[in-house]
Amino acid sequence: MVKPKSAYSIPTKKGKLDTHIFVVWVDNEAGVLARVVGLFSGRGYNIESLAVAEVDQTKNISRITIVTTGTPQVIDQIKLQLKKLVPVHKVADFKREDKKVIFKEMALLKVVGNKKKIEKCLKACKNFNPVVLDKTKLSVVIQITALRREIDKMSKKLKTLGLTSTSRTGAIAMTRGAEIFK
Amino acid sequence: MSKLFSGAEIVFKCLEDQDVEHIFGYPGGAVLPIYDELKNHSSIKHILVRHEQGAGHAAEGYARSSGKPGVVLVTSGPGATNVVTALTDAYMDSVPLVCISGQVPTHLIGTDAFQECDTTGITRPCTKHNWLVKDIKDLSKTLHEAFRVATTGRPGPVLVDIPKDIQFAKANYSKPKKEKKQNGKSNNRFNQNEIDELINLISKAKKPVVYTGGGVINSGPDASQSLREFIRLIGFPITSTLQGLGAFPGDDNQFIGMLGMHGTYEANNAMHDCDLLINIGARFDDRITGKIDEFSPKSKKVHIDIDPSSINKIIKVDLAIVGDVNEVLKATIKKINKKQNGFNDSNKQKIAKWWEQIQKWRTKNSLGFINSESTIKPQHAVKRLYELTKNQDTFITTEVGQHQMWAAQHYKFNKPNRWMTSGGLGTMGYGLPAAVGVQIAHPNKLVIDIAGEASILMTMQEMSTAVQYNLPIKIFILNNQYMGMVRQWQELLHEKNYSESYSEALPDFVKLADAYGCKGIKAEKPEELDMKIKEMVDHNGPVIFDCHVDPSENCFPMIPSGKPHNQMILGPNDKDENKITGKGKALV
Repeated sequence: MVKPKSAYSIPTKKGKLDTHIFVVWVDNEAGVLARVVGLFSGRGYNIESLAVAEVDQTKNISRITIVTTGTPQVIDQIKLQLKKLVPVHKVADFKREDKKVIFKEMALLKVVGNKKKIEKCLKACKNFNPVVLDKTKLSVVIQITALRREIDKMSKKLKTLGLTSTSRTGAIAMTRGAEIFK
Repeated sequence: MSKLFSGAEIVFKCLEDQDVEHIFGYPGGAVLPIYDELKNHSSIKHILVRHEQGAGHAAEGYARSSGKPGVVLVTSGPGATNVVTALTDAYMDSVPLVCISGQVPTHLIGTDAFQECDTTGITRPCTKHNWLVKDIKDLSKTLHEAFRVATTGRPGPVLVDIPKDIQFAKANYSKPKKEKKQNGKSNNRFNQNEIDELINLISKAKKPVVYTGGGVINSGPDASQSLREFIRLIGFPITSTLQGLGAFPGDDNQFIGMLGMHGTYEANNAMHDCDLLINIGARFDDRITGKIDEFSPKSKKVHIDIDPSSINKIIKVDLAIVGDVNEVLKATIKKINKKQNGFNDSNKQKIAKWWEQIQKWRTKNSLGFINSESTIKPQHAVKRLYELTKNQDTFITTEVGQHQMWAAQHYKFNKPNRWMTSGGLGTMGYGLPAAVGVQIAHPNKLVIDIAGEASILMTMQEMSTAVQYNLPIKIFILNNQYMGMVRQWQELLHEKNYSESYSEALPDFVKLADAYGCKGIKAEKPEELDMKIKEMVDHNGPVIFDCHVDPSENCFPMIPSGKPHNQMILGPNDKDENKITGKGKALV
């Protein structure tokens, strides 16, 4: 082994990475998103997708949904670090495989092509609640809701059928059943 | 309708209600209304520094030595950016600071106005929280909240950015809300089961060690008392991080010295071989743990900390107790005393062998060094300084580098809040302004900055502050003409390529002292050291002491990179050819 020329420790083997979805309830105030996102970039956590909007106008609460990957230790840290932020009220963390939670993402897909191609597209989308929002002779804008992975697959598949533009919301999450996260 | 106050008046009313007596600051365009208001508030004294970084470090020294939050007042733009280093330093070492910065008027924000910068954006990652006050109605509430955030839970710096028009605008003033100390973010929520489990582990341990950190100091002087009681009760050996020094008496037999990269042989070996490790208010910093995979491999680990995010961040622990150190210790002591009287004795018998082992390690005398009759050894200088000042209540600050480690190793602290050093961030230039702040908080105590000649030049300008307020701080420079720790690493890791680490063109510190209007002393020979230290201590006024020490001395023991605790490099004493004999031995 080469003698390390550093007074810092050498990185050790990385553990298995899991995908987690964090839901963060925050005060909707100036800079709050920067605090959350800055925490991720500053500490070297990654963000796969991010969705944020105010959900309670009277209490001024926004709900941020972040999809991230990390070792169990890192996931734990993300949660604890988020909880330390002053405007953060509560933090929920779900594994992607969690059956008790619904994860959904919406996408708008613009397909440009002839009638045949457009119909093929619509057919391919049929499992993902397709809604045609706009249609011309040469194009169509389709709205679908699905899992992230499914949308990934769809955008790959539709490339050959004339998909020219994709816009995605990032995943949002909600627990199943009557329970709510406290 | 109640009386309306200007924003500047509200700032001072808040400071008064928060019992602030001193603020450290530097005026400028965007804070002029606040400075204008200063004259109307005689209970608050403003200390004019010479650079905003100095204001920040002075406030840190003030806070760490007094337990009260330090308050900083700076202007917009460069005022705010200059204080960033001190804020980051305070964030790393959990020091409560409230920084008030001026900002350009609200209508100019975002226009690249004169002395404008995105202060809240820049300081977001280096404060616990920060606020830009855009509405005068929010000002008093925000300032009180700022003090609450800075001082509760794990303490830290906060910043309130106040645009100039808000300082002129008028509003009602609201007093701080009286609230329970416990709040959502302070996390004092341990339960009795955890205490029982801790006591269970304590009673079973055969090779225990207690490792304490700055959290004990931050928990207040009572926590140090509780710690002493706790340690005497269980009879365990105790080691401390750099920041925790003083919580437990440094000259006590149960204290086995500082641990970590430059810790003692006995402390580091005890950490490595123990079967129970109790971490009280420390955070498993990388200077402490060495190689993570081989850190204390055989032990059950307990972690007591007020910050839940410190738990399992670096080292997985078996028992985590989230809470204020003093509360946890008091609960534990109470339970142990209640439990049974036989517990103490049987426990001490169990660990008798372990103490024997520790005594064996102690005989290595890992802090030993080969003294000299011709040049002053830096370790010797610190030892003499300790011997000649230990009879009075002395406050020590340091800069960063070899001198800092020698101070930590050879100066023994018996009380908390007497030791102010930049550990987490490692900020050269910390010690002089910090000493200013300490002396402000303790006007009649002896305050010494153990410094290096390179560090001191980084914030030298604060000597003017010391002279202006007649603060009798003593700057004790271990002058080895090198950035010593850089040089040491270059020697050990980079084949002695001393790239840019020589302190070229040094000023004459005695003349410099003279120029600042304070006393300068120079010592070059071992035999004159004691006399000159006494001269320094006896002088009623600031002193710069230029102590010329051996330039090639290295700081040992040392855990080299990527090595566990039990593979330390020891000093020259340990090498056979250097075994000291005869006359030299008496000098060690």
